[in-house]
Amino acid sequence: MIAFHNVSKHYNDQKVLEDISFKIAPGELVSIVGRSGAGKSTIIRLLIGEEKPAKGRIIFGPHEVNRMLPSELPALRRKVGIVFQDFKLLPTKTAHENVAFALEVEGRSQPEIEELVPQMLDLVGLADKGHLFPHELSGGMKQRVAIARAMIHRPSVIIADEPTGNLDSYNADEIVKLLLKINELGTTLILATHSRDIVNKVKRRVITLDDGRIIKDDPHGDYIL
Amino acid sequence: MATTFFRIIKFGFQNFARNGLLSATTVAILVMTLLVFNGLLMFGVISKSAIASLEDKIDISVYFSAGATEDQILSLEKALESLPEVKSADYISQDKALAIFKDRHKEDEAIAQALNELQANPLLASLNIKAQSPSQYQTIAGYLDSENLKGIIDNVTYGENRVVIDRLARIVDTLRGAGWLTTLLFAAVAILVTFNTIRLAIYSNREELGIMRLVGASNKFINGPYLVTGVIYGVLGGMISLTLAAPAIVLASPYVSIFIPEVSLANYLLVHLPQLIFYHLAVGVTLGSVSAMVAVRRYLKI
Repeated sequence: MIAFHNVSKHYNDQKVLEDISFKIAPGELVSIVGRSGAGKSTIIRLLIGEEKPAKGRIIFGPHEVNRMLPSELPALRRKVGIVFQDFKLLPTKTAHENVAFALEVEGRSQPEIEELVPQMLDLVGLADKGHLFPHELSGGMKQRVAIARAMIHRPSVIIADEPTGNLDSYNADEIVKLLLKINELGTTLILATHSRDIVNKVKRRVITLDDGRIIKDDPHGDYIL
Repeated sequence: MATTFFRIIKFGFQNFARNGLLSATTVAILVMTLLVFNGLLMFGVISKSAIASLEDKIDISVYFSAGATEDQILSLEKALESLPEVKSADYISQDKALAIFKDRHKEDEAIAQALNELQANPLLASLNIKAQSPSQYQTIAGYLDSENLKGIIDNVTYGENRVVIDRLARIVDTLRGAGWLTTLLFAAVAILVTFNTIRLAIYSNREELGIMRLVGASNKFINGPYLVTGVIYGVLGGMISLTLAAPAIVLASPYVSIFIPEVSLANYLLVHLPQLIFYHLAVGVTLGSVSAMVAVRRYLKI
């Protein structure tokens, strides 16, 4: 269970989120939509403890994220897989090494890594591309590598922040399909986007943000953009 | 746990290699600092031996007036030997002093003739006193200065020696102070350069660090490699500086021995090599790791 209770966030005098409250059940798929600067990315940063709210409580399973110590955050972040618009892959590592990196920092053994990484690359359709570097991959493939890396910890939640922003419509469709498949397997999916196409395709619960406030939370996929 | 430890070390070496030129500069500065430190250690050895050698040559010679009887001198010798500060007191009678003098100048015809022409022995009886430690000569000199001995003592040769030794000790102290100051100055420069190198490494790795955080790397996994890099700088600095210093010490050794025969720097190096390796590594690693720790605390906000 993820819950935001009356959360506000300010940067200096500028209000970014104002009294936000919502709940996301395990296994749910929720799109958070809004124009640029509406507060979507701030919600993600607050959820993974990268920032602290000015007020309010953020609940992630048994944790109250806003009260967690810096030393407790890495364990929380391993329960969340994050996918970004710009992929955030390391250019000096191959696709295999990028995915393996997430397990290396966790302290997993090399045999375990060699077993898990090919499985995950296979799941995202890149079984034969593990040896390629990011500059040798298409945008869609890079995003698949990023998804594989996000999934490698078997997180209970995947957060995708504008995951199709840098992709053409074909690759965007493919990525959305992949994310839906991951959600069908039981992983909670939070999709932050300003793309109508994606939201229309997903047709699930949509939270609409405007100027740091929730202006609509519709379980059937209606939104205001 | 062991896997994480080895990965932290691996990433530390990667940081070192990725910033090759900066790493080389940092190690060079650490080497210079440690060479100055090494010079200070050698200066300490030389000056300590030089002062010890000079101090070993100090004694107090008490010359007795012609009227002093042998009984009075022997009784003073006994009294002096009972003092805890006195290591030895050797009585040299007038006759013995003359015999020593004659032996010393047996090649000199003029002196031999002059002595033959003299009716009486012109030399005075004396006591040569050695103290347990150089600092105790002052106490012994004070004892000899007492009123009841003034009638039998002609003069005491202590003051002149002391002035020379004290002056030498002051020069050594000043040079040592200047040496420490230079070492500290170099250490400060080394810390700043290492700090800056680590800061630049953090800056150039910012993308990787962001991803590490994102995938849930622990704080020690993020910080650790930079501390390892600092330690690598220190270990390399220590090893290189000692590798450069050792042949220089061996080469300088015979020249130093000409001035101070008691000092053999080559021998000192041989005997104290394990300690010298430890000192160089300890100072190098301390400088490297402290700088890295400060840079990590300052620039790696987790």
